[in-house]
Amino acid sequence: MFEGIGILSLTIWVPIVAGIFVLATGGDRNADGQRAIALIGAALGFLVALPLWTGFDASSAAMQFQERAAWIPLFNIHYHLGVDGISMPFVLLNSFTTLLVVLAGWQVIQDKVGQYMAAFLIQSGLLNGVFASLDAVLFYVFFEAMLIPLYLIIGVWGGPNRVYAAIKFFLYTLLGSLLMLVALLYLFFESHGSFDILTWHRVPLALTAQILLFVAFFFAFAVKVPMWPVHTWLPDAHVEAPTGGSVVLAAITLKVGAYGFLRFVLPIVPDASRELAGLMIALSLVAVVYIGLVALVQSDMKKLIAYSSIAHMGFVTLGFFIFEPLGVEGGLIQMISHGFVSGALFLCIGVMYDRVHSRQIADYGGVVNTMPKFAAFFMLFAMANAGLPATSGFVGEFMVILGAVKVNFWYAAAAGLTLIFGAAYTLWMYKRVVFGPVANEKVAELEDLNSREFLVLGLLAVCVLAMGLYPMPVTEVMHASVNNLLDHVAHSKLP
Amino acid sequence: MDIKTLYLLVPLAPLAGAILAGLFGWAIGRRGAHTVTIAGVAVAFLASVLIFQDVLAGNTYNGPVYTWLVSGDVSFEIGFLIDRLSALMMLVVTFVSLMVHVYTIGYMADDPGYNRFFSYISLFTFSMLMLVMSNNFLQLFFGWEAVGLVSYLLIGFWYQRESAIYANLKAFLVNRVGDLGFLLGIGLILAWFGSLDYAQVFQTAPQYANHTVTLIPGEPWQLMTVICILLFIGAMGKSAQFPLHVWLPDSMEGPTPISALIHAATMVTAGIFMVARMSPLFELSETALSVVMVIGAITAFFMALLGLVQHDIKRVVAYSTLSQLGYMTVALGASAYAASIFHLMTHAFFKALLFLAAGSVIIAMHHEQDMRRMGGLKKYMPVTYWTALVGSLALAGIPPFAGFFSKDAIIEAVGASQLPGSGIAYLAVLAGVFITALYTFRMLFLTFHGPERFRQHHHGHPEGGDEHAHAHGPVEPRESPWTVTVPLVLLAIPSVFAGWAYIEPTLFGGYFGSSIVVAPAHDVLGRLAEHWRGVPAFLQHGVLALPFWLAVAGIATAWFLYMVRRDLPEAIRRKAGILYTVLERKYGLDDFNDWFFAGGARLVGGRLWRWGDARVIDGWLVNGSARLVGAVAGLVRHLQSGYIYHYAFAMIIGVVLLATWFVRG
Repeated sequence: MFEGIGILSLTIWVPIVAGIFVLATGGDRNADGQRAIALIGAALGFLVALPLWTGFDASSAAMQFQERAAWIPLFNIHYHLGVDGISMPFVLLNSFTTLLVVLAGWQVIQDKVGQYMAAFLIQSGLLNGVFASLDAVLFYVFFEAMLIPLYLIIGVWGGPNRVYAAIKFFLYTLLGSLLMLVALLYLFFESHGSFDILTWHRVPLALTAQILLFVAFFFAFAVKVPMWPVHTWLPDAHVEAPTGGSVVLAAITLKVGAYGFLRFVLPIVPDASRELAGLMIALSLVAVVYIGLVALVQSDMKKLIAYSSIAHMGFVTLGFFIFEPLGVEGGLIQMISHGFVSGALFLCIGVMYDRVHSRQIADYGGVVNTMPKFAAFFMLFAMANAGLPATSGFVGEFMVILGAVKVNFWYAAAAGLTLIFGAAYTLWMYKRVVFGPVANEKVAELEDLNSREFLVLGLLAVCVLAMGLYPMPVTEVMHASVNNLLDHVAHSKLP
Repeated sequence: MDIKTLYLLVPLAPLAGAILAGLFGWAIGRRGAHTVTIAGVAVAFLASVLIFQDVLAGNTYNGPVYTWLVSGDVSFEIGFLIDRLSALMMLVVTFVSLMVHVYTIGYMADDPGYNRFFSYISLFTFSMLMLVMSNNFLQLFFGWEAVGLVSYLLIGFWYQRESAIYANLKAFLVNRVGDLGFLLGIGLILAWFGSLDYAQVFQTAPQYANHTVTLIPGEPWQLMTVICILLFIGAMGKSAQFPLHVWLPDSMEGPTPISALIHAATMVTAGIFMVARMSPLFELSETALSVVMVIGAITAFFMALLGLVQHDIKRVVAYSTLSQLGYMTVALGASAYAASIFHLMTHAFFKALLFLAAGSVIIAMHHEQDMRRMGGLKKYMPVTYWTALVGSLALAGIPPFAGFFSKDAIIEAVGASQLPGSGIAYLAVLAGVFITALYTFRMLFLTFHGPERFRQHHHGHPEGGDEHAHAHGPVEPRESPWTVTVPLVLLAIPSVFAGWAYIEPTLFGGYFGSSIVVAPAHDVLGRLAEHWRGVPAFLQHGVLALPFWLAVAGIATAWFLYMVRRDLPEAIRRKAGILYTVLERKYGLDDFNDWFFAGGARLVGGRLWRWGDARVIDGWLVNGSARLVGAVAGLVRHLQSGYIYHYAFAMIIGVVLLATWFVRG
């Protein structure tokens, strides 16, 4: 393509430019054109990301597709991009999800269409920036900037209680981000004036400093994951967000927190990580068990899936902090799978919400009678959420549980409770919503999936099944990077 | 054809049928749906026959199909292990499945979910075959969960019925409890033996025979005991052993063909198969074997008792299945794996037969399942009657029917076992023989003999398929169509001869070879073999031994109570009082589970949500910090008053303080 513009830059700037272009086309008079441009932009964004997969050298743990240019020379800040086996899949996942979200919002959004589509495109570029940044300041800028489109999406197209949700989210993230900024500045001085993340991986640090840095990073990333007990913003945010917002929030935004642990915490403060692993594992297990039980009693479908997300992300952090290849790769697989599955479930709820305008389980019943195709998709995704083998939902949980047994049998036993809880809350909801006789007139009048909805859910179904039946290609790209990471963790950085 | 292609064909042909009928049913229609699925299963059956012959000729196979995943130094494969154990299971599964497919044409003829049903049962056949053909624990777990999924879908097949969608959720969740144990067992195997491949695990395991692990501080346990009990917990879920049996009776909400295929002949025997497959591991732990035997004995005896008080014809057969699964489990505990698999095979034939016969009756009764509204059906449904009689005799263990041989072998094996708990288990299986004969013939007499009660006050009980709830006026029972009766006859044949024809090779002729491992100290079948003098001698011995007379006594009692003195059962029921209530409430287990587990989980979840999330985290921490910020801001606001002299004053104070500090420093 363009000489001098790397693939990673394209994955960041193509969607952003497309988004700005959509904005420039004016108001809702041009809605159809705006949709078309947005779709083209999202498709282009996905296409330019594909070479990351095809051209990736899985045998190397080094950063690939690197781009580096001076940005603010005074502080030695660089526009430095690159991906390894850990971050590359998320750039693809993000670009793919954006495509789905644009399709999913095609008819549903009738108000401020251009802005809606633009927000998602811009956010997509910013999220790719988060995953591709190798300079801490660049990372921080993307990390903070990605929240703006999300605020707008919730704030403008959200539900009635969106202000409370936005403020709650703001309070949570503010504290974390500020502490992280302090940590970044501290590391800048400790590394004698560098913001290069890879350099920081090699900076020796005393244990006290490591623990303080760990705490600072913890607040920034744990809120995003979200880990118990800093999770309560998520159900509120999901409930207020429009369907597309929920999809991106669940599929990608949550992954940023978990990714942060791998990129910053484990390699930069390995001694503190080992020191505090017990705490992290405890919090992860609380997330699986406590949140699993809380999910069981939800009456709002979106809240239920939101809580289920927290429980599933508990597996991710559990996998990371047992420091086993099975655990870390299992956690990464779980992140990708959760992107497909929870995204699909939010889309399913969106399909019903568009027709009935309710998310309450009690307002449904017997949906299968009027929407059999939808019910089949919903069943597949519900089973994936319950971790059934041959779906992607199984792979990560299976790997993390097997990895955990090696470390401590009881970790695995507690985490394994998700086999029961996950099935209980998902299938109980499914039973009440989909099975049974037609519950009311609104259900009786439901129309089955249209071809656009069918396409979106069908694409996700293919992803869920493919990754469940043959996950090897996905883990293959991770091996070198994960081993390299665990190597970092295993070596003390105490001076 | 290459033999490996044949291996692949066995599971893939049903899968192709399932996909065609499920996704393209709208295009190929009803006839197309049953044609492709039956063709798929028939191909699988024929391939299984060829493979069986190949295995008998001495060929076995153990190899990968593809690598599912590699992580760290562990590689997870999908692969096949074809030996004498799996070949036999493939034969049983595909044969019963084929019979059930054919039967379904008649049974589900009016159902709107016809294509969906065929798709599900073919998908089930695929899953079950993957399970039995696996050469590793990963694929075993895959198949294990996949059959659970199809079972869930089929129990809830009539999704408009509240009882059906309650039963399928219950079945799935109870099975998941077992799966948790199973998964943890697999985890321990990987953690200690470094592989999930059967061959490698079986090779490594003996080195750990005396190894202990400390899961609870101060309590060192034998590693193999922990692993085997965890694996067995999985078997308890799938094979419905006490106390995880509660889902199986409710699973009768599904259409009868799947009760026969999944909840009697094949899926519920997955646990039995698994333990037999893991014999090299279980042989290393006598404690685990004892646990298996005692759990099996409890199930065999107490579930048989429940069969006595059921009125629903399918539920009688269901409790009988539970009890017979208990017999198989007892045999596993006694290290008589071959006897267990032998009983699994004969049971698959005669129990599928009994279920399909019950289904035939249910069609004739227009989906009435209560035996109190049947009676005298013998003359209307001769084929169903005679085949049901064969099944009943086989189940009761009357020679020379198949069940006699397999059950007698189990009883003898338990009697010969030296393991702790074998004494109680022996008593339980002996007593079970009497009860089995009693409830079986109670069912037979109530259904086919005696007065015709179906003409009295009959209101079309909408318990069956919704399409069928059209019974008005007197019912004139008719024999079922050929698609129903032909499978009955084909299943009746092995129910008669499979016992005496196969007991010699399977139990004493070393049929299973190296696919089942028994430690010399536990080799009860080997001890029986010393007295084995062929089928006639076995028959002669059987007729003189206690179990036979117990079975005869059971039939005689049933005859007396339900043919001669029909007033007596009611009198006994009144006299029994509390005992009858206990049985009728199924020992109160369902009530307890509903109250303690389902209710408890919802209560705790609700508390955690309202108190933990809403009050503590949101109320105190989040909104608390918001209020704190607000309060601080309220104070700080007073400083920013807008008056220049306030600021000037503050500056002066600041300067003074700084100056003081510098001067002092």
